[in-house]
Amino acid sequence: MRPLIHRSPMPGLGLSMGITLTMLTIVVLLPIGALLVKGATFGPGNVWEVVNRERVWAALFLSFRLSLLAALFNLVFGVLLAWVLVRYPFPGRRLLDAAVDLPFALPTAVAGIALTALYAPNGLFGGLAKEVGLKIAYTQWGIFLALVFVGLPFVTRTVQPVIEEIDREVEEASATLGATRFTTLRRIILPMLAPAALTGFALSLARAVGEYGSVIFIAGNIPLVTEIAPLLIVIQLEEFNYDAAAAIGIAMLTLSFAMLLAINLIQIWSRRRIGHV
Amino acid sequence: MSDTTLPFRNPTSETVLARRSLIALAVLGMALLVGAPLLMVFAEALAKGLGAALESLGNRDARAAIQLTLIITAIALPLNAMFGIAAAWFITKFDFRGKAFLITLIDLPFSVSPVVAGLCIVLMFGANSLIGGWLVAHGLPIVFALPGIVLATLFVTFPFVARELIPVMIEQGRAEEEAALTLGASGWRVFRTVTLPNIRWALLYGVLLCNARAMGEFGAVAVVSGKIRGQTATMPITIEMLYNEYLSVAAFSMAALLTALALLTLLLKTLLELRHADALAATRRH
Repeated sequence: MRPLIHRSPMPGLGLSMGITLTMLTIVVLLPIGALLVKGATFGPGNVWEVVNRERVWAALFLSFRLSLLAALFNLVFGVLLAWVLVRYPFPGRRLLDAAVDLPFALPTAVAGIALTALYAPNGLFGGLAKEVGLKIAYTQWGIFLALVFVGLPFVTRTVQPVIEEIDREVEEASATLGATRFTTLRRIILPMLAPAALTGFALSLARAVGEYGSVIFIAGNIPLVTEIAPLLIVIQLEEFNYDAAAAIGIAMLTLSFAMLLAINLIQIWSRRRIGHV
Repeated sequence: MSDTTLPFRNPTSETVLARRSLIALAVLGMALLVGAPLLMVFAEALAKGLGAALESLGNRDARAAIQLTLIITAIALPLNAMFGIAAAWFITKFDFRGKAFLITLIDLPFSVSPVVAGLCIVLMFGANSLIGGWLVAHGLPIVFALPGIVLATLFVTFPFVARELIPVMIEQGRAEEEAALTLGASGWRVFRTVTLPNIRWALLYGVLLCNARAMGEFGAVAVVSGKIRGQTATMPITIEMLYNEYLSVAAFSMAALLTALALLTLLLKTLLELRHADALAATRRH
């Protein structure tokens, strides 16, 4: 049997292992464990009863559906953006490249109130939308927009390095064999980008499902219509209803882990199909 | 027919028209999605003039919020950096079973909603819990107090530094450290004079990412802070409270201050990428 830890001349085993495991336990494992224990003592039946209410299902479904749509938008726009940033020299490219990270750097509450001010019916874009009869803030469109904002950098940042690594000779070979540029892009380039793009998509999706700060300002928070799952937890906590909050928390945790698992499987499948990239 | 010159068309790139439309699409999308909200923050903050904006930042609660955010960041960053270095050292310098599992656990906070993270901390350390009750009885409340906010901040920023350091340290291998050890250097000396110079830019990069998130964290902190004005209301929490009270200028002034800090972080990060690309993780090189 393999030893648990191989002998090594490197110093600091005890110290680095001690700090790592202690902090991991206090900051991450114990709190998540507390949530699971709370769910267990509350009882699986009771947890199910809390989750199996129309308002909770509506919120979970809303969070999941809009996150999926936002991540899909980010997948398409993110790949486009990465391609433009790597392949086309144009004035202002550096600035655009730096701006991609802004949604990571900008606090979510700031993004939330800025988007609301912009897309509310009396805001700059909201007013324009009202002219054509579209309401954005305080509807599901608003939530979609906020989720697109927070997930924007993921796909671009995972795909960019892959585009840089593409051997131009592959494209030349494809062209000499008579492929049109469009065919080359579709049959050669896109498959090479797929695994990285999928990773970015997954990160964007995971982020969006749990997102709270940027959404609550623009959502309007109407039960059954624009109420997201994390908000339900906050509402339960404000009423000191810890059991119900834990039940919804466990449902959300399960949802995100199921998604991560599904996406990992898709990734393994796409790597196998396309070959290691 | 020989003098009809077909324009040369590079077969390995898109037509000029396609290029221009894609660039236009990218720029337009970014302007609408990112540029406009950014400008909006400053426009709303200055809606009643610079004086009003500065005045709103000068009152007692606003100053307390700014101070609190700075204190929390000042506690969370070194702790996170320490964890990141320790975890990266443990993972890259030793071989042990369950390494992949450990890395998964370190990455776990990225896939947990901040609100759920806050909930977990309330359940673990809240006054109703076993540990929390004992701590409150001994005069050290965690939830609705500073330690809880620090814990929440640590949770959401947990993987940042470790994730930057691990790929860099894997790439660098162990040979340099082994050489130093053979020459009789002590463990600390090896770390300080061999490892640290190799990882310092990646470390700074990770700390920058961590910093941006720590100052701006909202969901997790909203759950654990209790939102006590002047005491546990951080800058993002104060923004929410002011906004809900329709104090638009005050809310956006605070937001503008955070945005300015975010832009500064972004600038430093971009400079790091330009100057020290070779010392950052392979995925960051572009």
